[in-house]
Amino acid sequence: MRIDIRHVAAALRRHRTATLLIGLQIALACAVLCNALFLLSKRLELMSMASGVDESHLVALSLQGTGNDLGRDTLLRIKQGLRGMAGVESVSMTNAVPFTQQAGEIGFRSVLDDPQYNQQGHFYVADNDFIRTVGVHLTDGRWLGNDEAANSKSFLPSSPSILMSRSYAQHIWPGQPSLGQVLFADGAQRRVVGLIEDLARPNPEPLILHNTVLITGSDVLGQVFVLRTDPGSRDRILRQALDAVARIAPDVVVDLDYSGTLSELRDRYFASNRAMAVMLCGIIAAMLLVTALGIVGLASFWVQQRRRQIGIRRAIGARRSDILSYFQTENFLIVSGGIALGMVMAFALNIVLMKLYEVPRLPLAYLPWGAVVLWVLGQLAVLGPALRAARVPPVVATRSV
Amino acid sequence: MFGYYLDLALRSLKRNRVLTALMVIAIAVGIGTSMTTLTVMYLLSGDPLPGRSAHIFYPQLDAETGKGMVRSHPADLLDYISARDLWSSGKADRQTMTAEALVKIQPVEAGRHPSMIDTLTTTSAFFSMFNVPFRYGGPWQPGDDEARSRTVVISERLNQQLFAGANSVGRTLRVDGNDLRIVGVLDHWRPTPRFYMVVGGHGASDTSDLYKPPHDLMLPLSTALDLHSQFSWFSCWGDVDPKNMAAAACEWVGLWVQLDTSATRSAYRDYLRDYDAQQRSLGRFDHAPNIRMMSLMEWLDFNQVVPKDVQLQTWLAFGFLVICLCNTVGLLLVKFLGRSGEIGVRRAMGASRRDIFMQCLVEAGTVGMLGGIGGLLLAWFGLWLVRQQKVAYADVAQLDPMLLLVTIVMAILASLLAGLLPAMRASRVPPALQIKVS
Repeated sequence: MRIDIRHVAAALRRHRTATLLIGLQIALACAVLCNALFLLSKRLELMSMASGVDESHLVALSLQGTGNDLGRDTLLRIKQGLRGMAGVESVSMTNAVPFTQQAGEIGFRSVLDDPQYNQQGHFYVADNDFIRTVGVHLTDGRWLGNDEAANSKSFLPSSPSILMSRSYAQHIWPGQPSLGQVLFADGAQRRVVGLIEDLARPNPEPLILHNTVLITGSDVLGQVFVLRTDPGSRDRILRQALDAVARIAPDVVVDLDYSGTLSELRDRYFASNRAMAVMLCGIIAAMLLVTALGIVGLASFWVQQRRRQIGIRRAIGARRSDILSYFQTENFLIVSGGIALGMVMAFALNIVLMKLYEVPRLPLAYLPWGAVVLWVLGQLAVLGPALRAARVPPVVATRSV
Repeated sequence: MFGYYLDLALRSLKRNRVLTALMVIAIAVGIGTSMTTLTVMYLLSGDPLPGRSAHIFYPQLDAETGKGMVRSHPADLLDYISARDLWSSGKADRQTMTAEALVKIQPVEAGRHPSMIDTLTTTSAFFSMFNVPFRYGGPWQPGDDEARSRTVVISERLNQQLFAGANSVGRTLRVDGNDLRIVGVLDHWRPTPRFYMVVGGHGASDTSDLYKPPHDLMLPLSTALDLHSQFSWFSCWGDVDPKNMAAAACEWVGLWVQLDTSATRSAYRDYLRDYDAQQRSLGRFDHAPNIRMMSLMEWLDFNQVVPKDVQLQTWLAFGFLVICLCNTVGLLLVKFLGRSGEIGVRRAMGASRRDIFMQCLVEAGTVGMLGGIGGLLLAWFGLWLVRQQKVAYADVAQLDPMLLLVTIVMAILASLLAGLLPAMRASRVPPALQIKVS
């Protein structure tokens, strides 16, 4: 016996209220599911963003205070001491590394003397060992020469040359070659001499991840030390480095919130994102569970109600598989109806979230995923009751209830 | 009658335990999640200064020179010269300046490491303006602001940490290499958010740091300037000498004024306009006026202090609650119509439609009550989970007695709402037909 969808639909029409309810529930679940999955993927994408440095090799120590307050002698003595530790390949002094505190946010002009072209970016100011230590990759142009950073009392060294994250340079000068462009920051003109593989800002946020500029030089001071070592020794190096700082400069306070292996710092930085991701997973799981339970409850009731009819159909020749596929088809119809409505509601919910919370537009690709999840969920949930229905013996038809 | 219905409801619920459990779980999970997020929302969006917040204002000017165009919003903080001029004018009923600095405190006991502490530098009126409670001692006096006295007020928490909670008034604390005398120890004070230092919230993707507990150390702004403390600044536009922030071309000081009547408010707005014009004529400001004065709550709204994640979670949780309710409507319908035979008998024996309707609603309400209790336990667990998170507001996520009541009431209302349609359907069961069938 073939299952005729028209028959199934006709039977559903007799249970209109219950069918509409479960369909509505599936539609709501579809709307929330698509949006929650989308938000979740955005979080996961942010949490796994590229930092542009060799995280697995790096340990960072942040000192409290700015480079100028701490004093040149102290900082150089600390650097010397850290470099002398066994297992440390190189040490660099910088104002920040990814996942520490923002230390060089500067407004600059990309078109000289035109206030319309104001930009904001994070300037990494580091000594000449920075590139070798953190493992920045050059994609275009040249590195900065060792003698290019002239000392300066102001915020940035007066170096005339800078390196820029590639995507950021493209963002500022769209459709133009960015090498050789000039910008005006902190009282001086700076020329882009090299483009680097995107280097993350210390505090990346969803839409501003890589707006970074790098200036290196022999005489810059920074309050963050970054150490390169092999991945297995990072924890030991961190402990020894803290001891070394306490020994070399007992007065200096290490900011433990922003000190650790780069992997730890990344974890700490994204802690609230992880909490949100866990919360979203929890909502998704609970919602799927409740929806499945609802389907089980309703299907069980229908099976019970139709025991006699099922018996009659079995007695006049329907096979067990026919009964099974009847209930599966029924469920497929209800879920499909729910999904159709749910897709519209998913976009409505997304528009609300876009208005209120600057959530991006929901990509169409999420809809088939939401649909597949709900179809599978529906089929799994109905399987139990449907199997029970298939086990109803034909003899039921001859008994009166 | 209610007692009889309740008895019937309990019997019916016991008869089909699986279905009952499904309904109770659905309501409990829906209520639990939405109450957890709602509690956090409620605690984070409250008035941090009830009764007084409407009288507290935050004047802003734009002192930045040489930028060629007027910003859409004046900077979040003022430069020191403007803040000091407005503060010392005494035009408001009360006024105080606030700025943040990072200071080093030497340990009281020898052999321990020094530590750095985020410090509030302010003026004496801060404490009376914002109803700050003291356990020991009190605020410094207005004269101390002028005299740049070496005085300090510490929090309950720091007092616990340094002096094991004893009365430490009169003792000294070594701050940035200077001995400061403790004049007051705060009592427990946890405004949410930390309203007096709300900066940079608008446009930020995560505002949870605005909910940090109040500063552990508070000292006169004049004293901190004297000690060359390391102030934090909002933005700078010229050469900055960190040792001389009083003259720096930086925005780093907040000004709070208390204006008790609408007359003083409009007078103060006029005063701000006059001050701005005067500074322009003196050549210190070089662009069109960019003046604003928001009330405390307006300022918090403008900064969108309630973290977006918390709001998103609340939306999702309520979406989820609606799904749970749909689920319950379906299950109740199944349950009531499954008892059509019984209902038919009752109808034949004289029960009116209204009786059946009420009986069904009582059963739905009972499910809601049970779900509410489950939801309360889940909300309690959910808030515990929030407290385990590493967010600045984790410690305030406590179950509120008001919300406890709301939870139960909401669960019962939700289940009654869910029971409405099924009960209506059940009450329409015709008596005769059902008896014939069975």
